[in-house]
Amino acid sequence: MNSRLINWFKFSSPASFYPLAGRMIPWFKWIAVILIAIGLYMSFFVAPADYKQGEGYRIIFIHVPASWMSMFIYVVMAVWSGTGLVFNTRLSSMMAQALAPTGALFAFLSLWTGAFWGKPMWGAWWVWDARLTSELILLFLYIGFMALQGAIDDPRRADRAGAILALVGVVNVPIIYYSVKWWNTLHQGASVKVGGGGSSMAATMLITMLIMALGFWAYSIATTLSRARCIILERERNSTWVRELVENRRG
Amino acid sequence: MLKVFFWIIRRDLLLAMRRRTDIFTTLFFFIIVVSLFPLGIGPELDILRKIAPGVVWVAALLASMLALERLFAVDYADGALEQMLLTPQPVSLLVIGKVFAHWLVTGAPLVVMAPLLGLQYDLSADALGVLLLSLLLGTPTLSLIGAIGAALTLGLRGGGVLVSLLVLPLYIPVLIFGAGAVEASASGLGAESHLSMLGAILLASLLLAPIATAAALRVSVE
Repeated sequence: MNSRLINWFKFSSPASFYPLAGRMIPWFKWIAVILIAIGLYMSFFVAPADYKQGEGYRIIFIHVPASWMSMFIYVVMAVWSGTGLVFNTRLSSMMAQALAPTGALFAFLSLWTGAFWGKPMWGAWWVWDARLTSELILLFLYIGFMALQGAIDDPRRADRAGAILALVGVVNVPIIYYSVKWWNTLHQGASVKVGGGGSSMAATMLITMLIMALGFWAYSIATTLSRARCIILERERNSTWVRELVENRRG
Repeated sequence: MLKVFFWIIRRDLLLAMRRRTDIFTTLFFFIIVVSLFPLGIGPELDILRKIAPGVVWVAALLASMLALERLFAVDYADGALEQMLLTPQPVSLLVIGKVFAHWLVTGAPLVVMAPLLGLQYDLSADALGVLLLSLLLGTPTLSLIGAIGAALTLGLRGGGVLVSLLVLPLYIPVLIFGAGAVEASASGLGAESHLSMLGAILLASLLLAPIATAAALRVSVE
């Protein structure tokens, strides 16, 4: 191996990833705190009130980024799962396992804030519209993944079974989404359109939403890394490097 | 290779015939669940006609899910499954054979019985035909997708409840298009589009689900 290049594969070993993750967590933690603080300030005081929805619309600054994250994390989880299955790397499966609770949290947050938004706008806490329903199903998929991993004692089997389930789920997510959408097309059109045509929102609203989304990204990375560190310690508890780590900390 | 496929089907059917009560438990579960709804909701035919497609489809979903446990469990317990995985034939072919036999035993009776239950809900002859057709296209998909869940939870504690958590969310598109087909034909829209979607989902799951099931079986038996 060329010593001048960074050997990325080095970090696929839990022993070398553990300290790296430890160094990265504070950075992402502070980025998350700062961005979310700025985003919240902007969403409450800077962004103008919506001419149609009044002040109540401000909840979308949490709702929309949470929905984005919940969907994106599922895809990332499936990618890690696939990597774990193909290359048989332990760390990939640990990352998939570490991502699941954060994804489920965001799916729940998205449903919760959606209900708060729905009460003043639609007059009901819950309506059976396409996006709410598919978000609910996404939450079920996360819970199924976590339940399956929790039910299997052998970590290697748990990794692979979870990976297969995540891959099956990611193939199904678009099918579920479009079938639910066809089933009920009551929801208002998407507010943010990617590429061409621009957005129907004011620029400040869009910037605020993007800042919040980036803050949620940093939060997800920080929590996932710290959860991955716990999983690494738990799984590698019989290896020498963990024993040395514990002894060094004691001594 | 085709010979192996038919042998698997024959073997599984023979085994099922030796224990006929299993078939009837699934079927009667289906009948009882469908019959409970009028008792809970009331006997007004207007309401019953409206909810009939959904009730029949949800009951079919639950019945085929309950039957999943038997798909691999017996073979897993007596070691036959391990021997099957050791044979040179592709595992996905074996899975298709087993799923087809399983569907003949647990899915097909539901399809045959559904029009009769539809009569209890005062469905028209057209709607009954569409219901039959949608179940015929939909229940094999349920068995194929369910096989993945059954293979993943093989030999786990609380496997039965876990299977429902894994499999029911994946069943949702089939439920939507299956019940939707009957509703669409009842409202005069025509059921062709829904039935085509059911057919498409069946073909896609016929292609992909056995591969996933084979991978899951390898993980579980290992």
